[in-house]
Amino acid sequence: MSETKSLQGRKVVLHDMCLRDGMHAKREQIGVEQMVKVATALDDAGVPYIQVTHGAGLGGNSLQHGFALASNEEYIAAVASRMKQAKVSVLLIPGLGTMKELQAAFDAGARSVHVATHCTEADTSPQHIAFARKLGMDTTGFLMMAHLNDPAGIAAQGKLMESYGAHTVYVTDSAGYMLPEDVRVRVAALRAVLDPTTEIGFHGHHNLGMGIANSIAAIEAGATRIDGSVAGLGAGAGNTPLEVFAAVCERMGMETGVDLFKLMDAAEDIIVPMMDHLVRVDRESLTLGFAGVYSTFLLHARRAAERTGVSARDILVELGRKKMIGGQEDMIMDTAMTMAKARGLEGVA
Amino acid sequence: MKKIRCALIGSGNIGTDLIYKIKRSPVLEPVWMVGIDPASEGLARAREMGLKTTAEGVDGLLPHVLEDGIQIAFDATSAYVHAENSRKLNELGVMMIDLTPAAIGPLCVPPVNLREHADRVEMNVNMISCAGQATIPIVNAVSRVQGVGYAEIVASLSSKSVGPGTRANLDEFTYTTSSAIERVGGAKKGKALAIINPAEPPLIMRNTIYCLTEDEPDHVRITESILQMIGEVQQYVPGYRLVNGPIYDGNKVSVFMEVAGLGDYLPRYAGNLDIMTAAATRTAEMFAEEILAGKIKLKATEAV
Repeated sequence: MSETKSLQGRKVVLHDMCLRDGMHAKREQIGVEQMVKVATALDDAGVPYIQVTHGAGLGGNSLQHGFALASNEEYIAAVASRMKQAKVSVLLIPGLGTMKELQAAFDAGARSVHVATHCTEADTSPQHIAFARKLGMDTTGFLMMAHLNDPAGIAAQGKLMESYGAHTVYVTDSAGYMLPEDVRVRVAALRAVLDPTTEIGFHGHHNLGMGIANSIAAIEAGATRIDGSVAGLGAGAGNTPLEVFAAVCERMGMETGVDLFKLMDAAEDIIVPMMDHLVRVDRESLTLGFAGVYSTFLLHARRAAERTGVSARDILVELGRKKMIGGQEDMIMDTAMTMAKARGLEGVA
Repeated sequence: MKKIRCALIGSGNIGTDLIYKIKRSPVLEPVWMVGIDPASEGLARAREMGLKTTAEGVDGLLPHVLEDGIQIAFDATSAYVHAENSRKLNELGVMMIDLTPAAIGPLCVPPVNLREHADRVEMNVNMISCAGQATIPIVNAVSRVQGVGYAEIVASLSSKSVGPGTRANLDEFTYTTSSAIERVGGAKKGKALAIINPAEPPLIMRNTIYCLTEDEPDHVRITESILQMIGEVQQYVPGYRLVNGPIYDGNKVSVFMEVAGLGDYLPRYAGNLDIMTAAATRTAEMFAEEILAGKIKLKATEAV
């Protein structure tokens, strides 16, 4: 109890993901108008950062990741022009997105970027982090699938991103696999090596129902920025539900600067009716969290299951065993086909 | 039988692996290895393997080019120094095979366009990128049957096989490969994605190739063309293997490939590096065969 009390008065910066991570859960099919409607409601509720675009971020429009209804620049420009206080942010995964696309996003109005690499590959991000800084953007180094690196490894990778110019380093639980202690030790290891002016963030997925608890653990260990999604609209079982997290922060005396009731209204009246399927912990999203698989693989695995006759759960478990990481969505159909052959289901594929 | 004598510039992993492949060739002979660090392991290993070495860069090689009859050089250094290396050696009549991203010469994927480059006696050809060598043959196998409006490739590389140069300049890899999918692969628009996976034991290089045909795809002819192309690549990369597909979904053709290396100097999982050295060697062999048969003659470029 004494630990939770110590968070009284702490400031937490909230970053909403429902218009970027949530695109995964919508098969990239959120239209520009709908995106503007959601973003203006979040802006009105005082959410300081709102991430938008294709679920895979800059460069995401592809056969590998699906095509959205509009270009990333169209989404950014439409949303950014309507914001009263919120900054619009984007995701850039080197190897998929490039500096040309970051420049275009900036020109369209993006002012913050998560530069994301797998948790052991930070050295693929120096160009992009440096370029984001040159553009004057709020720049985050985003270490994905953080459960696959130990605390010392995360600290070393975060230190690299800081050296390239990142203002903030995130522990990113892309698989929704981590438990509060896993988060705590990684954030603490980062806090011990990073410059005191470098912020730390946490991005959770709710696959084991730990989004809120993990975010609180991150703050206790020194994080000041938390990603979440209103109504949890995100990949897998969704992100940390932002309105729930805001309520918990308020109960604990932390300052988020958002209007809780407005956030609750946005969740209930706008986001939930948008959902194609109820984004929650179910058999397959729980499998993601249990097996440590990238949350975005969920709907791909369901499609591969339909085509091959191998169950989505079996496919996801096998992908976890093969240590597939974010970006390897092509390996979902490949793995399902190989499994179907081995099971004599080849005619189905 | 007479062999064409070669120089290798760059004494790192790629240069060392090239020694093995060139030594095995019936028409090529590795003679010189060029480095910049006298204490480098690569130069020591080259000496053990019977090559002459210099640690003074290309300038250390130039005085020996004519007396040692060097006709082909492989550059596995960096894009920054390649243009100068190429200019100096071309002036002495040495043909250059560029394994850097510099790409000052035409792009070469052996089963697609090597014959054209040899016929034109190009003095500098570029090997694009590992992902390019692994995927462009498949794109071309589709586009030679019917129009491809868009092709996209996904290369998964083991973390251990991706060097610091590529990591620090990942955008160049993306741009170079995307452009080559169009110019050599024959797609109207190309896109390349790279994923670096740190799993242990290291995963063998995987490549997925997606093509969107302009009209409804002819399943039989496209599948036949792809299988034939895979056979051609297997002649110089035996570990080039179709894992799944081609599968057809409307106008989308998907092909799932794996590239295991020969395990000469580089480990087998590093098929991405092996396909570069194998393609470069195959390219040199074609030029060498033509030179030996008296069909082409390398000409020194004019000094400027």
